[in-house]
Amino acid sequence: MSRSPALLARYAEGLFWMARYLERIENLARLVDVTQTFESPGHEAESWLAMVRINADEEGFAKSGLALTADNVKRFYLLDRDNSTSIPASLELARTNARTLRPLISTEMWMQMNVFHRDMLALTEDDLQGDQLSRVCSRIKEGVQAHTGITEGTFFRDQGWDFYQLGRLIERADQTTRLLDIRYHLLVPGGSEERKAVELTQWGGVLRAAAGYHAFRRVAPAGFTPTDVVSFLLHDGSFPRSVAVCVQQMEWHLSNLRSRYGLRGTVAALERVEELRAGLIGRPVESILNDGLHLFLDGVQRDLILLAAEIGTAFFRDWRPLAAA
Amino acid sequence: MSVISAPPLSDPFQSYDPGQYFCELLRDRAGDGGAGAIVRGRIAAIGLDALRARAAAAENDLINLGITFTIYSESAAIDRILPFDCIPRILTAGEWDEIERGVKQRVKALNLFLHDIYHDRHITNDGVVPADLVYSNANYRPEMEHFPVRFGTYVHICGTDIVRDEAGKFLVLEDNARTPSGVSYVIENRHLMSRAFPDLLAGMKLRPVDDYGRRLLGAMIDIAPEGVDDPQVVLLSPGIYNSAYFEHVFLAREMGVPLVEGADLTVEKDRVYMRTTSGLRAVHTIYRRISDEFLDPTVFKPDSMLGVPGLIGAWRKGNVTLANAVGTGVADDKAIYAYMPRIIKYYLGEEAILANVQTNICREKEGLDYTLANINNLVLKPVGESGGYGITIGPRASKEEIDVARASLLADPSNWISQPVISLSVAPTLTDEGIQPRHLDLRPFAVTGKDTWVLPGGLSRVAMKKGSLVVNSSQGGGSKDTWVLVDDGPSTQAQSMGGMTQSQTFGGEQKQ
Repeated sequence: MSRSPALLARYAEGLFWMARYLERIENLARLVDVTQTFESPGHEAESWLAMVRINADEEGFAKSGLALTADNVKRFYLLDRDNSTSIPASLELARTNARTLRPLISTEMWMQMNVFHRDMLALTEDDLQGDQLSRVCSRIKEGVQAHTGITEGTFFRDQGWDFYQLGRLIERADQTTRLLDIRYHLLVPGGSEERKAVELTQWGGVLRAAAGYHAFRRVAPAGFTPTDVVSFLLHDGSFPRSVAVCVQQMEWHLSNLRSRYGLRGTVAALERVEELRAGLIGRPVESILNDGLHLFLDGVQRDLILLAAEIGTAFFRDWRPLAAA
Repeated sequence: MSVISAPPLSDPFQSYDPGQYFCELLRDRAGDGGAGAIVRGRIAAIGLDALRARAAAAENDLINLGITFTIYSESAAIDRILPFDCIPRILTAGEWDEIERGVKQRVKALNLFLHDIYHDRHITNDGVVPADLVYSNANYRPEMEHFPVRFGTYVHICGTDIVRDEAGKFLVLEDNARTPSGVSYVIENRHLMSRAFPDLLAGMKLRPVDDYGRRLLGAMIDIAPEGVDDPQVVLLSPGIYNSAYFEHVFLAREMGVPLVEGADLTVEKDRVYMRTTSGLRAVHTIYRRISDEFLDPTVFKPDSMLGVPGLIGAWRKGNVTLANAVGTGVADDKAIYAYMPRIIKYYLGEEAILANVQTNICREKEGLDYTLANINNLVLKPVGESGGYGITIGPRASKEEIDVARASLLADPSNWISQPVISLSVAPTLTDEGIQPRHLDLRPFAVTGKDTWVLPGGLSRVAMKKGSLVVNSSQGGGSKDTWVLVDDGPSTQAQSMGGMTQSQTFGGEQKQ
């Protein structure tokens, strides 16, 4: 005999947020890495300011009272526990959620989380210097990837798994739009052939940060343009970090919650996902670019916040909309 | 420098001297099959350095596994592990039989006592226990009067603190009949032992400890309200900031039931529900790890954020069962403790199998006078406290400390009891100074639904500081794996293997 046990609303909420925070950490590490590679000599601060803008952290950074230098931005994201959008703060929140989820998650998930947490708490200024930074970013990515792999291999696949995946996918889609937004903030399109070559190199950097460079080369036309890169990260149906794949998987998990577990609260969220998909797939990239990529990405980010709110309102014990920001 | 020689053989037990105390490992006992000597030989073969390295690695595992409790200072919450000592404590089958029978007898008497004082009050009417001691006790709950509990079981989970004197006699130090903790360490210590020290365990025939969750769940199902087919059991925890949160997680997992916090539960029309993704689900038995006074803000502390409004009402309607029952604190109070031998005799017509430590009740003139006259030689304990707080150990106290204790005693004599200093037994313990004797106690855990079952062994708590008698985890105590030998002791294989290391099993079968 087997019965499908009920899932506490608090557990669903914890799974959703634990996955979100971890995905956020991985993507922050990717952003730091790509920002570092975009640093142009003499204009370092400018590159790092872009990162602050992408994360909508201008206000928080100003509050920290730090001068806008490359080193301070790195500190702000990698060491500053008082900054709620930093990697250590996100990891603290992920671990607190994991702690509330301990009755549910596997021992191996919890153990890796503790080891990862200890490793990150041990980071110092020295780890941000020179070639260390890129290695630290790899370590952070690997920490999250180890979590992901252990979770895939050990976490029980009942409805908790769907809530976990929804949190991860919403965050991942959001982060991909932020990565794309770098173009708006940093990459200045130019006319000359030379400028175009530089620009393509930089788009290559964006693709690498998203771990999509090789996949892109396989599917892109030989003489690809920036439009092809944007199309790949927004629309590709097979790349795991493309917004389209994330949205498609969100829809699948929501449908699963409805059909397999009879959760009728999914109706509003499903409608929201359909709108998201229509707005995304329904428009050719050329038209998006003509109207302004930044504007479009802003819209997607807003829709994702609304989607998270629908899920929270329907299923979580204590939905705090502000926490979604 | 080319002389090649073996390092001098050093016995890590060379400087071990238990003195006048009873040694829990090395004292020869009938039926021990030489188990202590075998363990000693194996530890000698490992050597002190390797033992230290392996013990440190084992403790590191505990941190990574998050098997921790939390200590709160003014500024921060710190996760600590319960220090684990790798040298086991051994109980023979005969010793365990005495403890098990003694614990069952005590639990039975405690439940009969609670039923009596909340119903007919025979024991106080007959003058066996002073009435005001019971009915004026801060832990007496009038809400419980004439309230039926299933099978007359109030104390579903009981932890009995037992010590051993110089002669090796077991004595009960106190009963813990509210929400005793520590059982998770009993099981985790055994897991840790088999991971990190399989060579110490090899061939030992021990009573298993991993049955606890199944037994506990069985009892929780037993006591669910009558007529519920497939009762939903939950564990109610104060949440992640509670120092025993790890244990709550452990027990919820072992039982396979949800760990809930107060806000996860709601009461509607005197029925308790938990909030799930698919709406409200009925709850039938609550193993609560929250004190009485926080359970229901409409009945007890109105500002409690941990509890569930209406919970007590639902319970009184018989729609949900709480374990332990409300109001058990009156029975494990240190003042009532002094009367336990008489309480056992009164209800069961038997002598106590496990004796009490001699106890002077300071609310009585005789006890107060004796305590004041002998305060330098006695242990003075406040009756309402737990966790080892507020205790003054006369022979160890400074003159100032004695003066403070005397003043507190005179200010409110009825808040105090005194006991002679017991020369607690010791066990070899790995310390910075090598293997040294350290004092320890034993807390067996009894689970009672319809019947009582006692987990073989229990938590052996060790005072890690030299000479210290305080074993509480909140005061720096550690713990040991507690072995209960099956009837015929360790196998002959183990006896002939002394000192060797060998994997524990062969093709899944233990060697005989």
